[in-house]
Amino acid sequence: MKHGSIVGTSVPRREGRDKVTGRAQYVDDLVMPGMLFGATVRSRIPRGKIKKITFGAGLQWNEFVIVSAKDIPGKNCIALIEDDQPCLADGLVNHPEEPILLLAHADRHLLPKAVQAITVECELLSPIFDMAESEKRAEIIWGEDNIFESYLIEKGNVDAVWANADYIVEGEYTTGAQEQLYIENNGMIAVFDAEQGLTVWGSLQCPYYVHKALMKLCDLSAERVRVVQVETGGAFGGKEEYPSMIAGHAALLAMKSGKPVKIIYDRMEDMTATTKRHPSRTRHRTAVSKEGKILGGEIEFTLDGGAYKTLSPVVLSRGAIHSGGPYNWPNIRIRAKAVASNSPPHGAFRGFGAPQSLFALERHMDRIARVLGFSPEDIRHRNFLKTGATTITGQVVQEEIALNKLLDRALELSDYHAKRKQFAQENQKGGVKRGIGISAFLHGAGFTGAGERYLGSIVGVEARGDGRVRVLVSSTEFGQGTNTVLCQIAAETLDLRYEDVEIAQPDTQEVPNSGPTVASRTVMVVGKLVQSAALGIRQTLKASGLLGESYTAEEFRAACRAYITEHGNLRSLAQYEQPADMVWDEENYRGSAYAAFAWAVYVAQVSVDPVTYAVTVEDFVALQEVGKVLHPVLAKGQIVGGIAQAIGFALYEKVIWENGRMQNGQMTNYIMPTSSDLPPIHVYFEEFGTTHDAFGAKGIGELPMDGPAPAIVNAVEDALGVSFHSIPLMPEDIFEALEARRAAEDAISAARGHI
Amino acid sequence: MSEPAQSEAKSQISFTVNGRPVTVSAYSMERLIDVLRHELGLTGTKEGCGEGECGSCSVLMDGTLVNSCLVPALQANGAQIITIEGLASEGRLQTLQQTFLDCGGTQCGICTPGMILAAFHLLSKKRQPTLEEIREGLSGNLCRCTGYAQILEAVAEASRQGPTT
Repeated sequence: MKHGSIVGTSVPRREGRDKVTGRAQYVDDLVMPGMLFGATVRSRIPRGKIKKITFGAGLQWNEFVIVSAKDIPGKNCIALIEDDQPCLADGLVNHPEEPILLLAHADRHLLPKAVQAITVECELLSPIFDMAESEKRAEIIWGEDNIFESYLIEKGNVDAVWANADYIVEGEYTTGAQEQLYIENNGMIAVFDAEQGLTVWGSLQCPYYVHKALMKLCDLSAERVRVVQVETGGAFGGKEEYPSMIAGHAALLAMKSGKPVKIIYDRMEDMTATTKRHPSRTRHRTAVSKEGKILGGEIEFTLDGGAYKTLSPVVLSRGAIHSGGPYNWPNIRIRAKAVASNSPPHGAFRGFGAPQSLFALERHMDRIARVLGFSPEDIRHRNFLKTGATTITGQVVQEEIALNKLLDRALELSDYHAKRKQFAQENQKGGVKRGIGISAFLHGAGFTGAGERYLGSIVGVEARGDGRVRVLVSSTEFGQGTNTVLCQIAAETLDLRYEDVEIAQPDTQEVPNSGPTVASRTVMVVGKLVQSAALGIRQTLKASGLLGESYTAEEFRAACRAYITEHGNLRSLAQYEQPADMVWDEENYRGSAYAAFAWAVYVAQVSVDPVTYAVTVEDFVALQEVGKVLHPVLAKGQIVGGIAQAIGFALYEKVIWENGRMQNGQMTNYIMPTSSDLPPIHVYFEEFGTTHDAFGAKGIGELPMDGPAPAIVNAVEDALGVSFHSIPLMPEDIFEALEARRAAEDAISAARGHI
Repeated sequence: MSEPAQSEAKSQISFTVNGRPVTVSAYSMERLIDVLRHELGLTGTKEGCGEGECGSCSVLMDGTLVNSCLVPALQANGAQIITIEGLASEGRLQTLQQTFLDCGGTQCGICTPGMILAAFHLLSKKRQPTLEEIREGLSGNLCRCTGYAQILEAVAEASRQGPTT
């Protein structure tokens, strides 16, 4: 195959055939001889002290394996950023899904009964359920001040802008929790063997996160813990951290029983107990000139982190850095904090803080436009970042970005101007109201700041005697296309056919640590390393005189055979090195926050039903610049899938909380979009032409989660003339707002009548 | 989820699955999905919610699309069941399986078997459905990855390619 024919084409999904035939094996499809089934006994109170645990009558308790905190061989924690989250509650309970006991039995039908038969008596302590209460500190539920993390980002001197501002525009915006709702529930199988140590197989995103957590929990050395990712049925961030908890539970039961133990959550346990997107509150205060230029602003960004720290500091960081969007802020001050509450910890979900802060910003831009009498597109045009300008962290934009062109193109593709005019006219009549709204945004690819340097990811590529090549990474496939794209990159680099390259199953005993599969980093960061490692193979063969500059598949095979005969194996490793111009000051939050940004403008068209108040997204245009598109079908799938989740985030998916516990943990009453609920979604890619790593690709996975919600709510405002600040925006919210407006209008006409 | 009573005796249930006659010993209220997965090792049928909402466990029972998590095993007695394992023959993919692959209709893959069976059912009832009919026909099967667009394309493409045998 000729160079340039694999990357950029839609080769068949690597594991696709197994998926369409039902042969793909997910964790619940695996059976081990003598396997027991595990279950978790959880707290049902938000905060308290465990006083007594009673095992009810009617069950043969001696047949059950029972594990409590005292059975933990190592440290009772789920190691991540801070060791504050226990694996099993030991005396204290901090949220209503806190694991207290573990049970295992050969008959899985007995487990739900057993869990129900156990009573945990607690002395209640006063809980905290929202951000405002947590900030008041009437109760200290975490650390000294209920604050997991706070950041201050400053650029210029924002205190000096208010006096000269023609306008000062303020707003407060909130977003709710959102469940990832991958269709495959979480699950793990653990096996412990005194000789070989501990092995877990599971549905997960980050094998080495689980590895690290198990070493500490079980007090085992690195060599004696093995983590294997099996086919994973969706994740979206929801299998970044909680799998470490479930793996720990399965491991403890396996160690105590000496038998394989499988834990599979049912849907309700998965929805109520595992992580969800952080609820957020963002306050904006912006100084604007009468020409519509942003002079400066203050942003206060707050997240509800739940009961333990988990990933909240990192989600907060990304949300805060994205809170200024794709605009030029000469002066800005961002205060960000993540606070504690007595609900299960919130965690990673596609977008990772950015959908929250960008919802606020892109609603606020429309508010500024309205206050100044500008159009939504005009206010954005006047404030876009340009090449050579600096972001809020002082990062100089090096790329040839052309956001004005991107916006104009999106407006053209969506027929925005004509529709806006048409809807304004038609909305004068009764009946259905229509509107059109836009959002402009960005998403940073890879870990923030020095994150990639700390990770120091390693990737391997090996060639075998038969000329077949294998990519060795801990980067996981859970639908996004990791397997396919990394094989494309290796094949392209080695001038081989796509079919000649395979990818190893992520297994900590087999693959190096290429970092977690998160942060839109896999193609850009890991892909670049795959390219480097593949080049290493090529150069090794060339330096040994076995291969020329160009070669046939047969020549490559012969060269591999000859090299391996002499040296035993042919393996090339590549490790991440931070580019010299990427400097980050963690102390002051200054410098290059991301190696690259993807840019986008989305346009949503909505209708609002005058009887049901339901909002329907009728049409959606998504235009983005993500660098080189390596696989058009997969890329489009990422964008459409992300937009579908974001439409759910904006309009459908509402978590009902009571005493810190999700009340609607079922697909029956937590509503995600079906095939009947979604509009035609038109996806377009632009390329600004800047060259980047790994064939010019930037991150793509999270971007489409960021922009739809504000575009939709902006469109609802366009339709109704009423401004909404919170999502999910439910029909009852619209009903209330319209009723309030009607009452106000009635009061005005009544007052007029009295004159 | 229905839990079989421990005191209840198992009974012999016979049906045809993917053209093969089988007899299993199961509690009468045991779920068909469990019989398929645990007794017969047909793990291509997936469980997503256990309450008939997500459609991942969709199978064909006497030509009707059912959620196998809601069907008691006893009800399958004498029935013809088709699961995802019954679609491809001798290593050749069924048209829908191929178009799902080509169009990007499968991402994480967990909804795919049920989705393909729902599409198969739809096309067996109506060879050339409109886009709206495809949307409607698949609305009982949830997919969190794709946003459905490439699934709809795959079904439309299979419909264009002709008979889905």
